[in-house]
Amino acid sequence: MTGVNIHGIWAIYKFEMARTLRTLWQSIVTPVVTTSLYFIVFGMGMGAHIKPIHDIAYGSFIVPGLIMLSLLTQSVANASIGIYFPKFTGTIFELLSAPISAVELVVGYVGAAATKSVVIGLIILATSVLFVPLRVDHPLAMIAFLLLTSIAFSMFGFIIGIWAKGFEQLNVVPALVLTPLTFLGGSFYPLSYLPQPWHTVSLFNPVAYLISGFRWAFFGDVGDIDVRWSLGFTTGFLLLCMGVIWLIFRTGYRLKS
Amino acid sequence: MTSILSVNQVSKTYGSGQRALDHVDLEIRRGEIFALLGPNGAGKTTLISIICGIVTPSSGTILVDGHDAIRSPREARSKIGLVPQEISVDMFSTVESTLRFSRGLFGKGPNDAHLEQVLKDLSLWDKRKAQIRELSGGMKRRVLIAKALSHEPDILFLDEPTAGVDVSLRRDMWKMIGGLRERGTTIILTTHYIEEAEEMADRVGVINKGQLLLVEDKAELMKKLGKRELDLSLADPLEAIPPGLDEWHLSLEDEGHRLRYTFDAQAERTGIPSLLRKLAELGIGFKDLDTSKSSLEDIFVDLVERKDEETVA
Ligand SMILES: Nc1ncnc2c1ncn2[C@@H]1O[C@H](COP(=O)(O)OP(=O)(O)O)[C@@H](O)[C@H]1O
Ligand SMILES: [Mg+2]
Repeated sequence: MTGVNIHGIWAIYKFEMARTLRTLWQSIVTPVVTTSLYFIVFGMGMGAHIKPIHDIAYGSFIVPGLIMLSLLTQSVANASIGIYFPKFTGTIFELLSAPISAVELVVGYVGAAATKSVVIGLIILATSVLFVPLRVDHPLAMIAFLLLTSIAFSMFGFIIGIWAKGFEQLNVVPALVLTPLTFLGGSFYPLSYLPQPWHTVSLFNPVAYLISGFRWAFFGDVGDIDVRWSLGFTTGFLLLCMGVIWLIFRTGYRLKS
Repeated sequence: MTSILSVNQVSKTYGSGQRALDHVDLEIRRGEIFALLGPNGAGKTTLISIICGIVTPSSGTILVDGHDAIRSPREARSKIGLVPQEISVDMFSTVESTLRFSRGLFGKGPNDAHLEQVLKDLSLWDKRKAQIRELSGGMKRRVLIAKALSHEPDILFLDEPTAGVDVSLRRDMWKMIGGLRERGTTIILTTHYIEEAEEMADRVGVINKGQLLLVEDKAELMKKLGKRELDLSLADPLEAIPPGLDEWHLSLEDEGHRLRYTFDAQAERTGIPSLLRKLAELGIGFKDLDTSKSSLEDIFVDLVERKDEETVA
């Protein structure tokens, strides 16, 4: 066998997608229901009493942030469980003994996790149209952010899955890091609404760059941060995760004794 | 005979400081059945895991059909199938899908005819749509074997294949191993059951405390180290062994009804004629006499003990 182990990548990808389908309810329906609740409460309920932001109805303004919230949590959750589970059950022996390279392994796992995130993101987008008026000024940029973010955070999840020694650790990062960063990163308000020093502090929140960039793709220049910064940051984070994964496999960290 | 696998000076010390393998050298011949025999904790699983790329060796090299297992892992690993000691398989997959998964993972395109054959050989065909968690322990083990065979390996590793396995699976497994050997597959199995090595293997390697003590043709080994036992059923039971028989180191069995003499079948003099003469002299009569070959078990115990004595000395 020479070249790329396409069959191997495909086997992992299919396995992971089958896992998603097996738990279709949690995988797809839960995030859709949760975000619908956000739309009803914040978009239609309270949103009606909140001033439009840059002429955008509040309910519409929060759509990009809500999609990002799901994208980040779903990507991390999926990819981390995908690789953690074989470690937990011992089936990792097969992955380690197979003629499959680290890159191929990552492509399979991260590809599947990212696919699922993108699908969920698009479903939430479609759901939001049912509740609030919406426009997408830069559809290509929107797709690009959707993809980049899903891939980058699936890689991040993959790293967490390898690092985690127990199920608690799998949940720690999403609960204690991602959710706060997303809420404080301007999902529900423009950063400029915050008084100093919190506005400046927010600019150190990496997720703020993602949300701002994604919002730009929808509504144009209403964001807190220049879109080029957002794009640069997202790409940078992707490269950082790639680097960490490369190191993990080079040293066999927590995979091999 | 060409080697399909060579292990050169492989050592392993785990992070915990546990030295599991100590400069192991091993050549496996193409198409043979090799049994790696050793007590629990001897380092069998560690050795297999290193060859299969699951554990990193501390030092040494491994060639799989000429490919360096560490520098060209892809070529090396695509030739190997592994049935692990523990039952570790995704419980939520169906039998069929887990086989497809394994085959794909090892870089092989779909081949339904082959998978059907494997499933039928292991009596899993009827269960192919079942989720693995619904299967019994024995069935799960069959699935593990089927997974390893799904990608048509040249070398098959079976780590303690019959530990806790029922009779029908054991029988199917021997049949399967026989069939694989006919097709030229090289098989390496580990066991701490000597009968297993005795029954199946062409050659046997004995490992203890991380050291490979010896590698021999099974028949050679039996011949070389084969002790025989001469059992004499006495006409009248003895209370104790008379002092005149000291030089034969006899043992008294069966509440004094049987005298046992252990002798080296390869020795120039077995000591049997003189023993029989002495018995006649002492007026000890016997009704029956019987000799038996010692099992690999005895050989093994003997070897390990000898090695331990050397270490102490
Ligand atoms: N992952 C590990 N970490 C530390 N020590 C280990 C590990 N795996 C095995 N060992 C130790 O290495 C030795 C050899 O174990 P193993 O290869 O499993 O033996 P066997 O398969 O012959 O029973 C034992 O002392 C065992 O405790
Ligand atoms: Mg073992």
